Amino acid sequence: MNIVVCVKAVPDPKEAGNIRIDPQTKTLRRANVPMVLNPLDKNALEAALQIKAAHITVLSMGPPAAGSIVKECLALGADKGVLLSDAAFGGADAFVTAHTLAMGVRKNGDADVVLCGMASSDGATEWVGPEMATILDMPVATMVREIISHDDTAWEVKAALENGYRRMKVRLPAVLTVTRDLNTPRTLSFSGIIKARKKKITQWGLDDIGVSAEMVGLKGSPTIVTEMRAIEKTRTVTFMEGTREEKAEQLVQKLVEVGVL
Amino acid sequence: MADNTNPIWVIADQESCSLLPVTSQLVGKARSLADALGADVEVVLLGDGVEAQAPTLFGSGADRVYLGNAPELANYHPDVYTELIVGLAEACKPQIVLLGSTSMGRELAPLVAARLETGLTAHCIDLDINADHVMEQIIPAYGGEITIVCPERKPQMATVAQGVFPLPAHDEGRSGEIVPISGPFTHKGRIEILEVVIEEPKGIPLDSATCVLAGGVGAGDSDGWDLMAQLSKELGAGLGCTRPVVDEGWAELETMIGQSGKMVSPETYLGIGLSGEQQHMVGISGAKTMIAINNDKKSPIFSQVDFGVVDDCREFLLVLLEKIREYREKQVSC
Ligand SMILES: Cc1cc2nc3c(=O)[nH]c(=O)nc-3n(C[C@H](O)[C@H](O)[C@H](O)COP(=O)(O)OP(=O)(O)OC[C@H]3O[C@@H](n4cnc5c(N)ncnc54)[C@H](O)[C@@H]3O)c2cc1C
Ligand SMILES: Nc1ncnc2c1ncn2[C@@H]1O[C@H](COP(=O)(O)O)[C@@H](O)[C@H]1O
Repeated sequence: MNIVVCVKAVPDPKEAGNIRIDPQTKTLRRANVPMVLNPLDKNALEAALQIKAAHITVLSMGPPAAGSIVKECLALGADKGVLLSDAAFGGADAFVTAHTLAMGVRKNGDADVVLCGMASSDGATEWVGPEMATILDMPVATMVREIISHDDTAWEVKAALENGYRRMKVRLPAVLTVTRDLNTPRTLSFSGIIKARKKKITQWGLDDIGVSAEMVGLKGSPTIVTEMRAIEKTRTVTFMEGTREEKAEQLVQKLVEVGVL
Repeated sequence: MADNTNPIWVIADQESCSLLPVTSQLVGKARSLADALGADVEVVLLGDGVEAQAPTLFGSGADRVYLGNAPELANYHPDVYTELIVGLAEACKPQIVLLGSTSMGRELAPLVAARLETGLTAHCIDLDINADHVMEQIIPAYGGEITIVCPERKPQMATVAQGVFPLPAHDEGRSGEIVPISGPFTHKGRIEILEVVIEEPKGIPLDSATCVLAGGVGAGDSDGWDLMAQLSKELGAGLGCTRPVVDEGWAELETMIGQSGKMVSPETYLGIGLSGEQQHMVGISGAKTMIAINNDKKSPIFSQVDFGVVDDCREFLLVLLEKIREYREKQVSC
């Protein structure tokens, strides 16, 4: 079984608060926030690693620096790492990201299952999986929280709804997007890191995946950002002062006043 | 490019034959967008036994309802619904298509958008028509808001969470046209929905709570989170959270408040160990009193609340819980 796992390099969600809109220039001010593997993509990779005898390719579109997260996936146990990187890919919205990744999946050949995270922590559209499925003419199940059974022809899964789940059978080849309830991702091991040193990352650009420059990156994106605004202060705060006990007493008083207590 | 007066669409979302509130909210918004353009509002309503919902949609502002009413449509099926909507969109050429950020909308919107090879914006918090007759789609990001447009391709597509727009006043006098959609409602057989299971929600429902406690990653670990849970119980408050809390596995995704989660309108909001990032804050509307506890006096949360406590939340919550119990005992004794 050939599984492709789509993984994205995202600004570390723990420090993402340091990326702000500059109120003057109306552009993004990035403190040096490090790039990490998108949290939910770890669950997608873990799901693949738990399938016996699967050949796993991790696929990422991003700048050359995203090679580090592909390397991390190799160290976690993926067999092959592919980085789609080209100056022309920059500024892609969800639709062209899905298109570019789909062309990468196609070039890689014969995927039985394509796994994605339900959402990326920086884009969080949730579009890339289902849009890729459409472009590859595959069925999709989003928000998969349990894999009930799997064979070479179909997977039976539980896919989350806001107030329950759908139990569904999806014929292969298919795209699945996963939630964090699916599994607990393994962590890096020393031997994995050593083994991954020998694995090479395949890098493909525009020509390798056979797409025209009009179809990728900012140029190919149907949606564009036209404006950025910083939010002004909305309320004026009064701080509770004093010792911890005194502050707690004042807060209790406040909660009584507003009718919570 | 499509004409400015082409219709504006809302894809209805229903459960057991009753419309989700987000559908009427979107129809109300679509009405005002349509009035700015001189266009009609049309709703695609798919289900089994849903025809009785048409008057509600007309009353909310729809001019026309495309009604697909058949046992095969009772439950959302990605391939069946996508095929029907894409076929209809190709014939009717809507200039705008809106869907709720529900579990159906979040999957169906990208399936339809990719087939129509158009753009799609997720989890919008406002929609507007600009001078070029293009829909501006506002989303919160990076401590502010950004505006996204899809100027060249049509339809322009967006999803919006329940509660972002108000329920429109129901206009009894309004009526409209029902256009039945005939089948076939068959599919390629590559996806089989075996069952749909509704699970009971746990805890106090966030949507209707008068006090909401939102906890952030400042909780530190699952023990710290447990203090948040204790406090919410003590206050009879709904317990919500920020995104990193879900990532850490302390709370369920269903309790995340914000742009891509739940929208709530409590009377009192208590934000603890969170930074007040816009993507979270847009999820709270209309709160009378807002209170924050954070160990960093410079945290952006403090410019968005009425009362603040600067302290380590774990230490502070222990004392606060104690004080609340003392207060309760005093109430009982006198
Ligand atoms: C497209 C998109 C959609 C998103 N949608 C949502 C959404 O719907 N909802 C959502 O919540 N987020 C959403 N996010 C994430 C959002 O941008 C923020 O990352 C998130 O809200 C921050 O959560 P936080 O405040 O808990 O964490 P942080 O921003 O890391 O803040 C933690 C705060 O805790 C304080 N703190 C730390 N330790 C302590 C302590 N011991 N005692 C007291 N205080 C302490 C710190 O001073 C800090 O202010 C989205 C992001 C993207 C890109
Ligand atoms: N640039 C990318 N490279 C590889 N995978 C991606 C990329 N962007 C999104 N994905 C995949 O699509 C999922 C959903 O992302 P999003 O649509 O941005 O919320 C992610 O969890 C990844 O699996």
